[in-house]
Amino acid sequence: MKRIFTNGYLLLLLIMLYAPIIIIAIFSFTESPVLGNWTGFSTDLYANLFSGGVNNSLIDAIKNTFIIALTAATASTLLGTIAAIGINDLRYGKRRVMNFVNNIPILNPDIITGISLFLLFVSLGISQGYTTVILAHIAFCTPYVVLSVMPRLMQMNPNIYEAALDLGATPYQAIRRVILPEIRPGMISGFILAFTLSIDDFAVTIFTNGTDGLQTLSTYIYADARKGGLTPELRALSTIILVVVLLLLLIVNIRSRRQARRAEALSQSNNPRRR
Amino acid sequence: MSHSNIIEIRNITKSFPDKVVLDNVSLNVKPGEFLTILGPSGCGKTTLLRLLAGFNNATSGTISIDGKDMTDIPPHKRPVNTVFQRYALFPNYNVYDNIAFGLKLQKVDKRDIEQRVKRALKMVGMTDYEHRDVESLSGGQQQRVAIARAIVNRPKVLLLDEPLAALDLKMRKDMQMELKEMHRSLGITFIYVTHDQEEALTLSDKIVVMNEGRIQQIGTPTDIYNEPCNSFVADFIGESNILNATMIHDRLVRFMGIDFECIDEGFGENREVDVVIRPEDIYIIRNAEAAMFRGEVRSCIFKGVHYDMIVATPDGYELEIQDYNAFEVGTEVGMLIKPADIHVMYKERTENHVRGVMTDATHVTLLGESFECEAQEGIVAGMEVDVAFAFDAVELTDDSDDGTSWGIIRFILYKGDHYHLTVRTDDGENIYVDTHDVWEDLDEVGIKISPKSLRIKAL
Repeated sequence: MKRIFTNGYLLLLLIMLYAPIIIIAIFSFTESPVLGNWTGFSTDLYANLFSGGVNNSLIDAIKNTFIIALTAATASTLLGTIAAIGINDLRYGKRRVMNFVNNIPILNPDIITGISLFLLFVSLGISQGYTTVILAHIAFCTPYVVLSVMPRLMQMNPNIYEAALDLGATPYQAIRRVILPEIRPGMISGFILAFTLSIDDFAVTIFTNGTDGLQTLSTYIYADARKGGLTPELRALSTIILVVVLLLLLIVNIRSRRQARRAEALSQSNNPRRR
Repeated sequence: MSHSNIIEIRNITKSFPDKVVLDNVSLNVKPGEFLTILGPSGCGKTTLLRLLAGFNNATSGTISIDGKDMTDIPPHKRPVNTVFQRYALFPNYNVYDNIAFGLKLQKVDKRDIEQRVKRALKMVGMTDYEHRDVESLSGGQQQRVAIARAIVNRPKVLLLDEPLAALDLKMRKDMQMELKEMHRSLGITFIYVTHDQEEALTLSDKIVVMNEGRIQQIGTPTDIYNEPCNSFVADFIGESNILNATMIHDRLVRFMGIDFECIDEGFGENREVDVVIRPEDIYIIRNAEAAMFRGEVRSCIFKGVHYDMIVATPDGYELEIQDYNAFEVGTEVGMLIKPADIHVMYKERTENHVRGVMTDATHVTLLGESFECEAQEGIVAGMEVDVAFAFDAVELTDDSDDGTSWGIIRFILYKGDHYHLTVRTDDGENIYVDTHDVWEDLDEVGIKISPKSLRIKAL
C-alpha cells in the first residue's frame, strides 16, 4: 500500500515536470497551427524549419543563438580556466574569498545581472548589440567554468607543476604539457555547461540586445508568442533543442561518472597496503 | 668565489608575514657530497630545498650553485633536479615519457633520449616498465621512476625532499641502500631532506641539523652522534640521557649529585652545563657495591639485539640504559660510566631573558601581556627593560585563559628528573620552562610567572 503511494507520488511528480516538454515534442509531429489539435502525423514542421518555409528572422535568431553561444562558451572557458588556475595558487584564506566572490554571480538572479549589465553598458556608452550580448554571456558563464575546473585542480598533485619547471619547462610549457591535460575534462564540462546556459538565457539577453533587432531564440520566441500564438515550427525547433541539450547533458554525466570511477581505481592502486 | 664548493648559501633568511622560516642560514656543499638536512617538521628544511630548486625566493641572502648566483634564475634554468616526496609524476604520460620529459625539452636527439631513458631505468631497477601507465605502479616503483626522471638530465645537484617518507619500512630500507649506491656511481651531489635521523646517519657524508629555522650543527654522522653541540641535537639524534650538570673544573663534572671524571676541558670552573650519555654507554652491573651509583630497574623491554631498560636512582633520576643482558624489574643494580662516554655541552641559556616595557612601577609588559612585578629601584614607567626569570619560575596551566599570557608547547626535553619545555608564546617569543608535570607537544598552556621571580634591568 505504502509502496503504491510512494510510486504514485513519484509518477505524478515526473508527469508534472515533464508533461509540458513531452506535449511539445508530441505536437511537433502534427501540422495543426494551434497547440492541442491533433491533425494527423506529419513531419512538415521539421521540413519547413530546414527548407526555409519559416520567415528569415527565425533562421537569423537560430544563427545568432549559436554564434553567441559558441563565442561566449569559448571565451568563458578560456577565462574561467585561467581564473581557476590563479585561484588555486592562492593561499588558503584568499582562495576562500575568491571562491566566494566567484559564487555570487551564480546565485545572483539573472534579471539583476541583466539590468546591471544593461546599466553598465549604457554608462560606458557601448552601443548595444552583438558585442554586448556576447560580453554579458561571457560574464555569467565564466563562474560556472571556474566551478567545473576547480575540482580537477584541487585533485592534482600540487608538485607536478613544479616538477615540470624543475625538469626545464618554462611556465608556459609546464601549463600546456602538464596542467592542461590534467584539467581538460573539467574544461570540456565547463564549455558544455557554458554553451547550454548561453542558449538557454533570456533575462540577460533581453536587457543587452539593444534596439537594432538582434534576436536570439529565446527573445524571438518571446516576441513571437506576444504577437499572438506561437509559430507552429517552434514546436519542432524546441524538440530539436531539447534533444541536443539532453545529449550534451548525457555526455557530461557519463564523463563525470567515468572520471569518478577512474579516480577511485587510482586511489586504490596508490594504497601501498594493497600490494 | 671559491670553486671548491658546488653550492654556497650565504645568510639566507626567508620570512612569511607571520613567521620567520629560515633565519640567517649559511652553508657550503662540496661537489659529490651526500649532504642531509635533518630536522623536525617545520624546522625550515624543505623551505631551504625549495630555495635551492628556485620554487621560492629568499627574503635576503644569496645562493650560488656551481659558481653562479642563482638569485634571479628561475627553476627551469637551474642545474638541479628534484625528487619530490609525493613523486609528482605526470599522470598523463607513461613511464618512458615521464623520464624523457626533460630531455625532450632540451631537444636531445631521439636515439640519444631512448638510450639515456633505458640507462636511467636500468639504474633504478625498472627495466621493461617503459610503457606502463605511471598510475598503475606501486609507491616504491613510482618513486624509482621519479628518481630516474631526475637523474636522466645529469644535474649537477640532485635535490631529494623526503623521497622515502611515503614508503613502508621494508621498502624504505631497500631504497636507502639503492640511493647510496646510486650516489656512488653517479658521482653527483645529493642534497637530501629528511626528519628521520636513522636515515640521515645511514646515508650521509655530512649532516646539517636544523631547528626553528637555524642550523644547529654541521658534521659527519659520527661527529653529530658522538659530539652533539647542544641538547637539541643530542635529543634529536639517537637515544640519549641529557642531564643538568656543573663543570667543577677541567675533567671533573658533577651531575645527579655525584662527581664524575670526564675528558672535556676548557669550560671554566663551576659552570652550568648539559651532559649527554648514550644509553649504550652506561654499564650496568649486578654487584651494586662496586658501582659508581645505584638504582632500581623500573622497566625492561627486549629490542631484538639488546634490552632497553629504565633505571631509577634513589635521588629520583631516571636513566635509559641499553644492555645485552636483561635485568629483572625491581632488581637493585649498580652503574658505571667511563670518562670518555660523558659528553659535556654548553648550555644555550641558563635562564629566560625577555624584553619588556614598564607600564608602571609594579607592572611590566612582556610576551604581549602585562605581568605584575615588584617595584625596582631606578626603574620607572615607559622604560625598556630586560626581564630575567628562572626556568622553574614559570607555572603552566591547563586552561590557556587561566594564565597571564598563553603559548604552545613546541619542544619537550626530558632531563632525567624533570622536563625542559620550549613554549612559544602567542606573540612569537620562546620561553623555557622546567617542570615535573607531563605535557604534550602542541598543548596550549596558560603562562604564569610569580612577581617575585622577575628580575628587571634597564636596557
